[in-house]
Amino acid sequence: MIEFRDFSLTYPTGSRPALREIDLVVPRGQFCAVVGAEGAGKTTLAGVISGVVPHMTGGASKGSARVCGRLLTETPPSELVGEVGLVMQNPFSQLSGARFSLREELAFGLENLGVGRAEMIRRVERVMADLRLTALADLSPYELSGGQQQLLAIGSALVMRPAVMVLDEPTSQLDAVGTGVVFDALETLRAQGVTVVLFEHRMERLARCVDRVLVLDEGRTAADGPPADVLTDPRLADWGVAPLRYTTAARRAVGRGLWEEDRPLPVTLEAAADGFAAALKSARTTGGL
Amino acid sequence: MVLRIDSLVHRYPNGTTALANVSLTVEAGERVAVVGPNGAGKSTLARHLIGIARPTSGTVEVNGRDAAELGIADLARSVGFVFQNPDNQLHAATVAREVGFGPRNLGFSADRRTALTEWALRVTGLTGETDSHPRHLSFSERKRVALASVLAMDTPIIVLDEPTTGQDHRSVALLEELLGDLHKRGKTIIAITHDTDFCAENFDRVVVLAEGYVRWDGPVERWLEGAEDPSESAFEQPQMTRLGQRLGWRTPVVTLDSFLDQLTDHAETGVCPRRPAP
Repeated sequence: MIEFRDFSLTYPTGSRPALREIDLVVPRGQFCAVVGAEGAGKTTLAGVISGVVPHMTGGASKGSARVCGRLLTETPPSELVGEVGLVMQNPFSQLSGARFSLREELAFGLENLGVGRAEMIRRVERVMADLRLTALADLSPYELSGGQQQLLAIGSALVMRPAVMVLDEPTSQLDAVGTGVVFDALETLRAQGVTVVLFEHRMERLARCVDRVLVLDEGRTAADGPPADVLTDPRLADWGVAPLRYTTAARRAVGRGLWEEDRPLPVTLEAAADGFAAALKSARTTGGL
Repeated sequence: MVLRIDSLVHRYPNGTTALANVSLTVEAGERVAVVGPNGAGKSTLARHLIGIARPTSGTVEVNGRDAAELGIADLARSVGFVFQNPDNQLHAATVAREVGFGPRNLGFSADRRTALTEWALRVTGLTGETDSHPRHLSFSERKRVALASVLAMDTPIIVLDEPTTGQDHRSVALLEELLGDLHKRGKTIIAITHDTDFCAENFDRVVVLAEGYVRWDGPVERWLEGAEDPSESAFEQPQMTRLGQRLGWRTPVVTLDSFLDQLTDHAETGVCPRRPAP
């Protein structure tokens, strides 16, 4: 579905490549997270997958990058909009500015693709229900809170029913309910065979939901694998990625004899609770530390 | 007290009531996190503190003076506001000019301007970007420019709207260190945030806003003790709080350090106190 081969990209004003020798294959239906420090290349990678970079930014590339079999460097963004949905980091910059209600804003992309009215209404109503936006349908996009605008931006991509969804920090302004709604929607997409690439700083949801975590560091792939492996890598903080507090607590507890050295470090609440409960049980059995 | 909000109501022209009746006082030097679901009125409340929103009814007092009688420029001497979206705040052609704009506008002396600007750039990690155009920086860097431009105004009250949004690990660590430093300097810090881990590690008091009302106000530990089931709440409790609960500990865990301390206590005493069965 997504296939990068030895792909590098340098912006016109860049002194060094923003992406370097990326080899990446994301099969259909995989839920892949991309993490890394500021400037690691995440937004550039999101832009390349969605066709924005280098078409709208300029830049020289080498190697190849394909989505749905199409060579991205030779495919105009307008030909990708039906296949790749992009949710930008700042939802405000994604509003069309040409529609007066949330409902009309959701329909904007479908109108441009010439989707029939009945189908358009069906899709818009469905997305509003899935993202709990129905009560806000008649409000202007500019009257919404930051979090509500973020849900609208996600809805505007979902309504197009793309084969690939690219989301750049889609829950950064959302409360726990909104975050849960978005991740439920992403899980549903994955079950429907949609490939999801999520760029995110908050690790806990990733650890529970994604199939795979890719770490970018200075434009290169620093690590790539299951969340339980990548998110416990001791180099994670050096790459500018926050380890989960569960992982940090266990790592520090090893030094106090309160986490078994041969037990994998946890990335979920359940694994952390099991490990610490076992350590306390062991301490009680032996009469304390 | 530095802030007194009394029966504040804010209704937008379209009829939406963002704040239904909010009363709140904040003492000098407090660290207050304002949390609440999307659309709760948090950002509207913050806008009242800097005078860009005016009460439909009720009052907002800053340092004993009615904010409605003060101009935005006067309020800017007392309250610095870091917007959620830095692009709403930045306007100058270089980072140095952006950060220097506030203290120059406030009429500070050249020496004080220079000292504050250099300090603000240093503590936000922007010393190497002074000549950069803010629009050419990354989102995270632009957020730090917005923060630096407020710090340079040396206001006694600093309000931050979602300060961890779009920030990587290093930027959040820098922010946390800075907040500790500002607290030692006696600044009053108010943050609007959804990030409960950040809230637990860096704030003493939590104010919960929902549907335009203050639903809860008190110490962070007490809030975490009584917080609702995350599956039904707008809040996801901090990781360490949930871990303590999962282990059945009676005392709510707030920070990573306090978790490790309690863990060590339980192990040393051989006792693992559990919550009474419901």
